[in-house]
Order: sequence, then structure tokens, then C-alpha cells
Amino acid sequence: MACIEARGLRKSFGTTVALDGLNLQVEEGRILGLIGPNGAGKTTALNAIVGLTPYEGELNVLGQDPWNKRDRLMNDVCFVADVAVLPRWIRVCEALDYVEGVHPRFSRAKAQGFLAKTTIGPKRRVKELSKGMVAQLHLALVMAIDARLLVLDEPTLGLDVLYRKQFYDALLQDYFDRSRTIVVATHQVDEIQNVLTDVMFLDRGRIVFACAMDEVESRFAELTVNPENLAAAKALKPVNERQLFGRSVLLFDGVNRQELAALGEVRTPGIEQLFVAMVGSRAGRPEGVAV
Amino acid sequence: MNSASNVVNETPAQATAIAAGAISWSRRMYWCVRRELWESKSVWIAPAVAAAVTLVACSISAMRLPERLRTAAAADPMRQMNIAEGPFDLAGLLIMGVTFLVALFYSLDALYGERRDRSILFFKSLPVSDLTTVLAKASIPMLVLPLLTFGVTMATQTVVLLVSRAALAGSGVDAGAAWRHFSFWHSQGMLLYHLVAIHGLLYSPFYGWLLLVSAWARRLPILWATLPPLAVGLFEKIAFNSSFLAGWLANALGGGSGRTASAGSGMSMDSLTSPWPGDFLSSPQLWINLLAAALFLFLAVELRKRRGPI
Repeated sequence: MACIEARGLRKSFGTTVALDGLNLQVEEGRILGLIGPNGAGKTTALNAIVGLTPYEGELNVLGQDPWNKRDRLMNDVCFVADVAVLPRWIRVCEALDYVEGVHPRFSRAKAQGFLAKTTIGPKRRVKELSKGMVAQLHLALVMAIDARLLVLDEPTLGLDVLYRKQFYDALLQDYFDRSRTIVVATHQVDEIQNVLTDVMFLDRGRIVFACAMDEVESRFAELTVNPENLAAAKALKPVNERQLFGRSVLLFDGVNRQELAALGEVRTPGIEQLFVAMVGSRAGRPEGVAV
Repeated sequence: MNSASNVVNETPAQATAIAAGAISWSRRMYWCVRRELWESKSVWIAPAVAAAVTLVACSISAMRLPERLRTAAAADPMRQMNIAEGPFDLAGLLIMGVTFLVALFYSLDALYGERRDRSILFFKSLPVSDLTTVLAKASIPMLVLPLLTFGVTMATQTVVLLVSRAALAGSGVDAGAAWRHFSFWHSQGMLLYHLVAIHGLLYSPFYGWLLLVSAWARRLPILWATLPPLAVGLFEKIAFNSSFLAGWLANALGGGSGRTASAGSGMSMDSLTSPWPGDFLSSPQLWINLLAAALFLFLAVELRKRRGPI
């Protein structure tokens, strides 16, 4: 059974189409990065997955229909919208009490273990904590829940680089095991690319690219071409071209690396380069927008 | 690279059975209600402050009680009784008035506040249904506040009673006549009945309406709660020169029972002697009100399901 299965997922707000017939299948044990420019439909897709928004089409999360069974689904799904959703009035100990009171899979000891590594005291109110501490608290609550699917929507938005790194490190080291699935939508592509097992680019409500990370390495190659070989390189049909320090950098999909190595310097492109190539080059969008 | 089907694959699907939520509905409800009390501290602080103010006022009044009773004793015993019971009733009225206001403002903010501060996203990420959440919020004005009011009022009135008696005993006035007609337990029983029946049940559509507006309004719920009914009432008055809505509201507030002292007397202690339980339970007004409350709450649940942060 796939963890998430969507067929023809559609959602529009008035005349704006947020999701335009999404088909996707996420198997258990994957860490999927959902990457796209602002307004691409990332949040709408995640909201549909956790039952926050109605949709057209078929969607099945852990065997349930999220819109009609949100409360039941949330026994097995954790959702972190962004860092600012913990109620400001709540005390740390009250948050622990409440989640322990309503969630069958919450381990208070675990949460307290995570919090012990921070400077967050149990009597503090959320409104007295810094943004980074609120994110730590939310992560401690979420990681103490033995969930099967974790959905993160820009979880590190507005945090400084240290907190961001800590957030993903904690997630990988203390939380992720092969039986859990994580779906994360973010703008900070480069920071999570080592975390992901799969990547998906979303643009204007459609999936424009989806690939496993190990496949990215075998499929894609970026060639910093020697000027005299430019014509030969272009004959191999690069999917994207950019200029770097006066030299052409070409991106190839499924072209033999040995063949390319003769024409210049070859390396594996980062997710960010792929994203710019796949999404940035589409109809009139300036390159690198909102990466 | 447009893909019709994107398969993120590998790990064999495990048909792990989802363990059913091992948490009972009543436990979830309990924690949801506690959550409300953590958030809205006014629910218990306001009655406590009202009680404290009442106690201070009554203590001051008790110092002059013997003298006033002595003057009244010459006139008639009924007046003596009024003087003795006066502060006692006022204490109850003040606390009841305060908690009634708290109930109104609480209801108006209950489903609006969580959308305004985005915390609805956190609460919706937990396995608590919208129905449980809305019922927990509705229970504050309909059940928790009436019971809390009763507890605080009884405690306050007990102290007031003791202070008055102590003042009288100290002054040597024969207060027997003043207290002869007065039964503490009877009056407490009537108070509890009044709070549960009138404040809890009969007023439930008003709280339901406020909760509905608070789930619906994008801003200024207080205006959305008050202006539309006012506009409808005025329109009706001007267009048809009738006041059906106003009459209905007055009737709903008064309990619709013939024995009610006067319409809108829910706030007065006089109504503590009526309506009789039999009449109350058989009055269509009660059942209309309860139906209206159920409808409003149902709509509030549906709205909460659909509404996100503002």
C-alpha cells in the first residue's frame, strides 16, 4: 500500500487553478521534497493530504480519505505548517499535557528528552520564546509522536541557518527510520537535498519533474563546456544552458558521461540547478525565481 | 518533463494496520475543555474577582446591618427580611451578570481567535475532530460557566451569610424574624436550577449563534453577531410594522413560560422561583431553543472544517 496516492487531484480558488490534475504516489519510507515557486500549489497539495482542504479527484493517505477522516488520519500523520502555528498563550508544559491527552501515540518522555537538549523551560509561554525555540518545541512535539507520515510545509521558514541545519539533522538522526515517510515542501532547496530520497518540482499546479535522488546522479550531468567544443556539446541536446564566468554550462539528461567528459568539465548538478532548468526556463519566467 | 504518473517507489508497501485511537472520546473532550480554560483565563478569573468585590461590599454593608434591622423591626417583618437578604441576592446577581458577559465574549472569540493566530493549523494537526472541538468550546458557556457560577455564588453567599450573622450576633439584635422565611439550601437549589435551565439550556441558541459567527467572520465578529439581527428587526418594523423577531427574542430569553415573572427576567433573582421544572421542560420554547442551538453548532462544525487561518 502506498503511503500517499493521488489521481487527478484538482483544486481551484475561484478562477485560479491551484492543483491541475496531480497524479502522485509516495511509497512508505521515502523522504520526498516538494519544490516549486511561490503559488505553485505546494501548500494546497499538502493541505489536501492532511485534510485541511476539500479537493476534486482521488486522494488516499494511509488508506483514508483525508477530507472526511482528518481526525482519524491524524493518529498516524503529523503536520508542521510553519513555525508560527503554536498558540502563543500556551505554556510548554500545557502543550505537552494537551498533546499527551489527545494523541494516542505521543510519548511525553521522548518530547521531554528532546526539550532537555534545548534551553526551553517547561513553564515558558510560546509568546516568550524566540522563533527558533518555537520551531524546536514544535519539532519536539512532532518527533515524540510515533507517526507513519510526517508532512512539513516550509518548516524552517524565517529561521537562521543554524536552526535550519539543526532542524533537519534532528529529523534525520532522531526521527527518520525506513518505516516512516516524510513529505517536505520548501524553498531552501540546497539545504535539504542531502536529506531527500526523492524530489518533485511543482509549477502552476502541475508536476513538472519527479525523480529519485539516486536517479538524478545517474541521469543528469552538468557540463562546463570548453569553448571550442560548444557546437559539439549542443549537438547532444542539452536540456538547459546557462553562462558562468563567461563559459557555457550545459545540462544533459541521459547522456553518457564519458562522451561529455571529452568536451569539458562534468559534474552532477544540484537540485537547485535542476530546478532552475526545469521550472525557471518555462514560459517567460526569469531564471532562478524563488528558489 | 510533464509526467502523467510519478512513482516514487522502492520500499515494499507494508500493510501495517493502523492501531485504532486508544483514547476515549471523553478523555479528548476533557483535555479540550481544559485547553479552553488555559486559554481563556477570564472564565474563572472574572467570577472570582466579582466574588471578591461582592465580599468586600457585603462586609462593609454588614457593619450597618444591625442598625438598619433595628429601625425596620418597628415597621414590619417582611421589610426586615428584605434588608437581611438584600446583599445576599445582590451578591448572586453580580456574579451571574459577570459570568453571563464572560460567556458572551468567550463564545464570540472561541472559533475566531484560533483562526486569527493561525493556531487552528496546530490544533487541526492533532487527532481531534471538529465536532469535539466545537462541543468543547460550546460547553464553556453552556455547562462550565453555569456550574462555576453556582460554585462561586454559593461560596460567596455562605461567607456573606456568616458575616451578616456575626454582625447581628455581635450587636445583640434579635434576627430571628429576619431569617425565619429564609432557607439557604432552598435558595441554592433554585440558583442551581436557574443557572442550568436558563443560562445553560434556554440561552444555548445565543451562545450557538455567537460560536457560529465566530467560526464564520473574517473580521469583527461582534458586528456580524449583532448588526444582522438588528437590521432584520428594523427592516421588519419599517416594512411591516411588526416586531416578530424582537418578540421572539424576548420570548426566547424569558423562557416562554407563563410563570416567568417577566420577559427578559433571566437576569433577575425573582425568576429563581419560576418557571417550574414541569412547565419548563414541556414549554415548546425550550425545545425550539435547543433545536436552534443544535443547528448553529452543526453549522459551526462544518465551517470550522472548511475555514483556515485568516
